[in-house]
Amino acid sequence: MNDKKIIIAGLIIFIAIILFPFWYGLLKAAPAPELKLTDKAKAAKECVRPTEYMKTDHMQLLDEWRHSVVRNAKRVYVNNSGKEFNMSLSNTCLDCHSNKADFCDKCHNYASVDPYCWDCHIDNPKEIK
Amino acid sequence: MKSSRRRFLQIAGISALGLGAKPVLDAFAKEDLGDKPEVQILQSDKALKAKQWAMVIDTRKLESTEALDPIINACHKIHNVPTKLEDKRHEVKWIWEEGYHHAFPGKANRFLDEKVERTPFLVLCNHCENPPCCRACPTGATFKRESDGIVLMDFHRCIGCRFCMAACPFGSRSFNFRDPRPFIEVTNKEFPTRMKGVVEKCNFCAERLAVGKMPACVEASNGAIAFGDLYDPESEVRKLLKTNYTIRRKQGLGTEPSVYYIV
Repeated sequence: MNDKKIIIAGLIIFIAIILFPFWYGLLKAAPAPELKLTDKAKAAKECVRPTEYMKTDHMQLLDEWRHSVVRNAKRVYVNNSGKEFNMSLSNTCLDCHSNKADFCDKCHNYASVDPYCWDCHIDNPKEIK
Repeated sequence: MKSSRRRFLQIAGISALGLGAKPVLDAFAKEDLGDKPEVQILQSDKALKAKQWAMVIDTRKLESTEALDPIINACHKIHNVPTKLEDKRHEVKWIWEEGYHHAFPGKANRFLDEKVERTPFLVLCNHCENPPCCRACPTGATFKRESDGIVLMDFHRCIGCRFCMAACPFGSRSFNFRDPRPFIEVTNKEFPTRMKGVVEKCNFCAERLAVGKMPACVEASNGAIAFGDLYDPESEVRKLLKTNYTIRRKQGLGTEPSVYYIV
């Protein structure tokens, strides 16, 4: 046990390096993105579903919509408060949320996801890539 | 009751079971109540419905290329079809013109009357009742819709294998060899474009039927194209079929095309 000091020092350095992502992140975690709503979205107050639901489940909702519209020809969505919506990403979602860079991209970039919605669906106003 | 070791263990066991079951029960209860079940998905009242949509093209009223062009343009414009692609091998088309020999190879005699020889025929996806493309598709991206008989595509699912193009005897399907966006003349923001690597074709204007409008080509044809339910004896299509001699493309293959031609 002559090398006790060296071993312990080495262990501490090793653990510190291993845990680098944790303590590095603790000091300066990227702040959660702040979303900018368009005037139209603000005026509407609530989305198709409550904001919390939209934040966590909008992708499932869109998937359901796609399936229903394409496969079952059912295009009218009636939400919990009885309001009707045309189930269309291009014409309903992107009509209110026409600020892709300030709305969609903010969270998607933060979460490091790269959905390919806009390869086909045209954001409004059209963004030049 | 005399408490015994055995009794104590029995009660402890049942309690543990009860505690363990609570979160499971909670989860079930939440699923039933948390997400209000009132959300409904409906079909619009205005939607046009049919068992099998069909089309009758009166070629007597469409005798020249000039008569066909507005129809073709109307379709390609609203569906964001890339028409500026110069390379013929990359061409994307939903509805186009074809000579009699190519449109009806089985019916072309060696010596045809001049009128038929010169008439351009409008061809598009036949929305077959027995579509070979749907059987070829490995992902179920293209399918025959039960509710109205339209052969549709779910572009999200298409992996671009082009089996459907090989299976279709009418050449109705086009592949996007390039990103189509730069080649669209005027973009219609209400309809999505496609991306590189997917197949596309005519959709019988499913998006227009859903809001009570007739297909774009029918609207642009000034009455030369009729559209209706093949299984409704009172429909416009059936009335025309009853009073006119009509032909279909490659009928012998048994795909049962839903596009009829009055020659």
